[in-house]
Amino acid sequence: MTPPTKERPVALLKRVAETGRTPVGFVLNGQALTALAGDTVLTAVLTHTAQLRRSEFSGEPRAGFCLMGACQDCWITTESGQRLRACDTFIEEGMRLVTGVEGHE
Amino acid sequence: MTKTLQPVIVGAGPAGVRAAQTLVAHGVRPVLIDEAPRWGGQIYRQPPLGFTRNKRTLYGFEAGRAEALHSAMAGILDRVDYRPDTLVWSAEGGRLDLLGRGRMGTLPYSQLIVATGATDRVLPFPGWTLPGVYALGAAQVALKYQGCAIGSRVVIAGTGPLLYLVAYQYAKAGAKVVAVLDTASFKDKALAAPTMLRQPAVFAKGVYYLAWLRAHGVPVHQGVRLVRATGGTQVTTMRWQDGAAEHEVACDAVAFGYALRSETQLADLLGCRFSYNALQRAALPACDGAGRSSVPGVYLAGDGAGIMGADAAEWAGERAALALLVDAGRPVDAVRASELEVRLARIAAFRVGLERAFPFPQDWAANAPDDLVICRCEEITAGQLRQCASDTGAREINRLKALTRVGMGRCQGRTCGVAAAEILAQACAVAPDAVGRLRGQAPIKPLPFAVMARADGEAT
Repeated sequence: MTPPTKERPVALLKRVAETGRTPVGFVLNGQALTALAGDTVLTAVLTHTAQLRRSEFSGEPRAGFCLMGACQDCWITTESGQRLRACDTFIEEGMRLVTGVEGHE
Repeated sequence: MTKTLQPVIVGAGPAGVRAAQTLVAHGVRPVLIDEAPRWGGQIYRQPPLGFTRNKRTLYGFEAGRAEALHSAMAGILDRVDYRPDTLVWSAEGGRLDLLGRGRMGTLPYSQLIVATGATDRVLPFPGWTLPGVYALGAAQVALKYQGCAIGSRVVIAGTGPLLYLVAYQYAKAGAKVVAVLDTASFKDKALAAPTMLRQPAVFAKGVYYLAWLRAHGVPVHQGVRLVRATGGTQVTTMRWQDGAAEHEVACDAVAFGYALRSETQLADLLGCRFSYNALQRAALPACDGAGRSSVPGVYLAGDGAGIMGADAAEWAGERAALALLVDAGRPVDAVRASELEVRLARIAAFRVGLERAFPFPQDWAANAPDDLVICRCEEITAGQLRQCASDTGAREINRLKALTRVGMGRCQGRTCGVAAAEILAQACAVAPDAVGRLRGQAPIKPLPFAVMARADGEAT
């Protein structure tokens, strides 16, 4: 048996329309990235990676579920520790977010 | 002389907008509160400003209805106290507690129309907490509101008419739909066809989506059972059972749901009487044909009072507003009011057919393994719920909540409530109505502490 290789997360969301919007710069886990004006924080993050946070119980990655403000699964934190509901907060220029990946808890 | 009315409407979807329009037409200025930044509700949700797709692309066959609703609201904006981005988080004694754009507030009302809508009805399968697994409604929000697909190889699963609509919308948008997995069988649909034909246009749309999917090579499997999603940091496969055989498909996203469930927390806090609706398998706030709840001055309209669909929601919103006006001594068109009630009764008959075509999977709880996570907020499993029921004799859902924290997490049972009740009923060998319903609690959604502290400091 081959040993398990460390998986690299693949962006969850794929843009299929409305790609002509103004770029918005933000920082995710210390890395400078680009979103589009009108993106929610959830869209901005998940078009680059596959998680918003980790479960406080199992430590497993989470990436939202209902996208309409009901399930409360999509919380993400800013570098300063503020919690945002990613599905109904719009991305803003210069936002600094962390997703709970190793080294950024 | 008539008393000044100060009616408040909660929710700016099809029901809330039509209610507002009706009040405005009678010379009354309502307050219209909505959590979303723009009106339309979930079904006719508008993208953020600056997006350019037209309504035909966004709403398909429903483009005309979406446009009519959006422009109806645009036409009355100057005669409505419209408050978007505002959450009603509690209600008591003729007063609503609000959180809007980072500020707390209260709002008195003389009458209230509750048009709080619905969310997906969720019955989990193992692996449903993996990144890439979303509610069916979420798949639509991503597409309509953000121009994104939830993945590039998508499984659409569960049951309900929305399954075929979402599969069609995704395929049209260029995503590959690798499987549609419907727990309802072809036989269920054939038996329901005569009742479904009461709404021939709706029936025809369903037939069209299915035929389109088949013609475009999208695999549609009916009468299946969802087994599990697997993956490490995100979903990579979906398994299902078809007869005795198990099948698997590689995917990078799964969208699933079993029709919709009503958002009833506000009606609950207002003290509305609830009764069990066997067809919808849920306790719902009771109201008469005009939308009057058991609490004087409180009216219910749209999917928040029982799932009837968007067209019915528009009629129910108008009907509830007429009832409010009549009860306040204002003259209204009685012929119009009774015509709306006739239409609503017809839809109710059609819903019976829809439930037959896409039945609730009654064997879901019996097949749920012990390690299945039911509550994704607190990560409570089916086994923990069963163990609690057998150890403590808990036979009522609020008791089970107190003992296990199921339904006590951030979502307050919106996601897990249906599944938890099904598991408890199965563990106790009773029908789901026998375990009661999760009581609503304020705040009905989480509030940021910073805002609460600020509001406290401002209090005099």
